[in-house]
Amino acid sequence: MTTPSSSDPKATAFRPQPWRDHRIEVIIGELLRAGVMLSAAIVLLGASIYLWRHGREHADYRVFQGEPFDFRTIQGVLRSVIYGRGRGLIQLGLLVLIATPIARVFFSVIGFWIERDRLYIICTLIVLAVLLFSFIGTGIGL
Amino acid sequence: MTVLEFTLIVAMVSFVAGLLGSLTGLGGGVVLVPLLTILFHVDIRYAIGASLVSVIATSSGAAASYVKEGFSNIRIGMFLEIATTFGALAGAFLATRIPTQALAIIFGAVLLYSAYYSRKVRPPAERELPPDQLATRLRLNGSFPDLDGPRKYNVQNVPTGFSLMFGAGALSGLLGIGSGAVKVLAMDQAMRIPFKVSTTTSNFMIGVTAAASAGVYLSRGYVDPGLSMPVMLGVLAGSLLGSRILIKAETKSLRVVFSVVILVLGLQMLYQGIFGHI
Repeated sequence: MTTPSSSDPKATAFRPQPWRDHRIEVIIGELLRAGVMLSAAIVLLGASIYLWRHGREHADYRVFQGEPFDFRTIQGVLRSVIYGRGRGLIQLGLLVLIATPIARVFFSVIGFWIERDRLYIICTLIVLAVLLFSFIGTGIGL
Repeated sequence: MTVLEFTLIVAMVSFVAGLLGSLTGLGGGVVLVPLLTILFHVDIRYAIGASLVSVIATSSGAAASYVKEGFSNIRIGMFLEIATTFGALAGAFLATRIPTQALAIIFGAVLLYSAYYSRKVRPPAERELPPDQLATRLRLNGSFPDLDGPRKYNVQNVPTGFSLMFGAGALSGLLGIGSGAVKVLAMDQAMRIPFKVSTTTSNFMIGVTAAASAGVYLSRGYVDPGLSMPVMLGVLAGSLLGSRILIKAETKSLRVVFSVVILVLGLQMLYQGIFGHI
């Protein structure tokens, strides 16, 4: 690896991006967009069921009650989706959404692997470990 | 208000918040929580949960367009994410133990602090800086497309930036915001990264940071589907529009919008927190 102040003109001229292969980043970006769009589609579907059934009820979020078990764990969300509940579908969409940055970090590991950048493979794996802990270690399940 | 009316109005407000958040690099959440609590009297914990989810949508949704422009620096992002994700996890656990009034006051203070620092003028002489040893070893320096071809930059003060990022992550986890303000400030002011690079790299980091605390929020029942749905969809639509404008917009006018919005909301949050309306 060279630094930008290096005398090697090739290294600086062909480094418009920190990742030499700009395509990796572009692919990751497109995958993320696809993930978000999938998530938005699931949320929209859930929203239409939810609003159809509950649209005329009174909306009140003044008092915090905490969500029921079905909306707090992956198991519960999947179960309420099977029962065709709108809010279950919305939560499923949100779970897909939360998974997109995790996928981004995962693909970054592969990107740095291709570049044989050991320092950044380690950095990225640390970040991935924290994210997975947040998901698995807090009781929303798997 | 019926659920249908509530959903539509919240979606519209979220759209505007997403647009503003994207234009300023704030990620939308920082204006959303005050708006939801002040205008719609939503409990701050539900507001934080919904905002956190929308923050992820903003970040991941805009990623593709930012990446193509070649502004963001993935090594800076990934290195600093070690700090932000640990911070976010700590912040999220702390949030479940803190009274809501305290959350509102911290929120207000963060907004005021961000508004103040965003108005500090940077002397233009700082454009050409010598390479920093640690930044060079971590390969953080890079270049980005400017009007007159690619422009190189050398990252400064890595330890300060890294520590600030832990704080930014903790605030993100505590308040359900992207902490884009603190992130941009840490990268702008401490590490001397050009504004467009810091804004887009911060966008890259916001989603990952938010995902680190999202697990905690979801499992504690802070993420309500009925509320998160219009917030997420609205913010996403607004931010996608905003990310298209950013590339052409002037950094100077961005900062004015940035500071005025957060100043007003900061005062509101402080007032509500201190006088117990939260």
